[in-house]
Amino acid sequence: MNFFKRRNYTVVSTEEPVKGAKEPETPKEEAPSVPDGLWLQCRSCKQPVYKRELDEYKICPKCGGYFRMTAWERVEILCDKDSFEQLDADMTSKNPMGYPSYDKIIKKAQEKSGLKDAVLSGTCSIGGFPCVLAIMDSHFMMGSMGSVVGEKLTRAVEYATDKRLPVLIFTTSGGARMQEGILSLMQMAKVSAAIRKHSDEGLLYVDVLTDPTTGGVTASFAMLGDIILAEPNALVGFAGQRVIKNTIKQDLPEGFQTAQFQLEHGFVDKIVERQKLRETIALILKLHPTENGVSE
Amino acid sequence: MNKAAMVVKHARKITRPTALEFIEGVLDEFIEFHGDRNYADDKAVVGGVGLLNGRPVTAIGIQKGHTLEENVARNFGTAHPEGYRKALRLMRQAEKFGRPIVTFINTSGAYCGIGAEERGQGEAIARNLFEMFGLRVPIVSILIGEGGSGGALALAVADEVWMLENGMYAILSPEGFASILWRDSSRSEEAAALMRLTADDLIKNQVIDRIVPEAEEGIEVNFSYTTSYIREHLIQAFREKERMPADELLKARYERYRKYGEFEG
Repeated sequence: MNFFKRRNYTVVSTEEPVKGAKEPETPKEEAPSVPDGLWLQCRSCKQPVYKRELDEYKICPKCGGYFRMTAWERVEILCDKDSFEQLDADMTSKNPMGYPSYDKIIKKAQEKSGLKDAVLSGTCSIGGFPCVLAIMDSHFMMGSMGSVVGEKLTRAVEYATDKRLPVLIFTTSGGARMQEGILSLMQMAKVSAAIRKHSDEGLLYVDVLTDPTTGGVTASFAMLGDIILAEPNALVGFAGQRVIKNTIKQDLPEGFQTAQFQLEHGFVDKIVERQKLRETIALILKLHPTENGVSE
Repeated sequence: MNKAAMVVKHARKITRPTALEFIEGVLDEFIEFHGDRNYADDKAVVGGVGLLNGRPVTAIGIQKGHTLEENVARNFGTAHPEGYRKALRLMRQAEKFGRPIVTFINTSGAYCGIGAEERGQGEAIARNLFEMFGLRVPIVSILIGEGGSGGALALAVADEVWMLENGMYAILSPEGFASILWRDSSRSEEAAALMRLTADDLIKNQVIDRIVPEAEEGIEVNFSYTTSYIREHLIQAFREKERMPADELLKARYERYRKYGEFEG
């Protein structure tokens, strides 16, 4: 399997630029990205935030709300320096359903996100503990799962099983990728099967639910961690809020489908602030020693 | 109306035989069992044990109704988490007693509501996928009408997946698909044609393994034509699968799903 050093990538600003208007109810894939924009709008307080005021954790200095992070930004705050080595860096999508202009949609998403598809995978160490790491990125077609996301995750998990390593996955996704049809649905089963095999070997799988984690990702590997962490206020659920509203014809309760809601209902082990993720994950890895998981 | 949209219409017909009718048509002396032992008995999911050619088999289905009243009672064949957990309980029971499992799927998808989210709809589906890959008895899943999204997949991790001639299986309903991608649910017929959701499409890309025929005069008119076909092939399929050591069976099940995906690099 090829390894790729992480040198060649671009960090792109992908938060919504300030337009003075209200935040749209659902994030739009086609929302303009302004790489040079100096001001970003916070999703929580809706206030404009000067870009330079944001540190590497991308937390709003005004309200403490979380800006969405790119996969590479997460690598920076999580992995031991220069330890991340990418797997399957060049995998790209085909057009199994013949969806009109899918190649163009993909190309646009690649330009916007600097990624080939919605997940980054590789090996790394965290606090000295080696693991296989996969990070989904909402800036690529809202983190939707098609063949590439499913295959990269499956290969990463299979690699971990083979090398007897723990798996760490950061989830963020609008769900299965519609443009690839039924094959996207099959990815839910494929990734879950790989996790089952990894689990049967007595290996650890930890996942971190980040904003937003919904649909087919929630209904598969996001809910299968031995330990499930979540970032504060992340939207986590199966069905979309608009769909639920249309089905039940009533308003949704305050705080519905947040990380806190999932914690209260027993589906999350712990909510962890972004600044504490690295040390918390390192501790969890330490508490689950394997022959390969010992600190160097 | 294009062919795919016609199939969708057929798959949803209120007169179409329900999961329980399939189960009773295929198995003898079927006895239904209830409840997930945790929260409730979801009437959208049915299950129990019956005899296939004299041998016990666990059967599970997603149940719609023929009338509005029946459909309300069955929540229009859309299951809550407790429905999937009931199914899992019965599947584990099948494993314990060494019985093969057959599922009859007919759902537009898992239910979208407040209670369903509170009780972990996502977790319930995910758990079924995870557990079904480890069940050491043969599983055959049959899509008898609508097969929608994760709510259908949660009962369709199997050694063989079959589908009725006029069934459908898709990532989402054509209306939902059109609404998400084009923000216009009225373009559902166009979506149906694009989605490759018919049995003919799905056997080509190996999502299903067998197309179950329906009588020319209509499945409602000559239902035994279809049930005797299922019966005959199910006996054969289980006989083949039961000859395999369980580890091999699980390996083949893994490989069945491992192959899905189209990508480069």
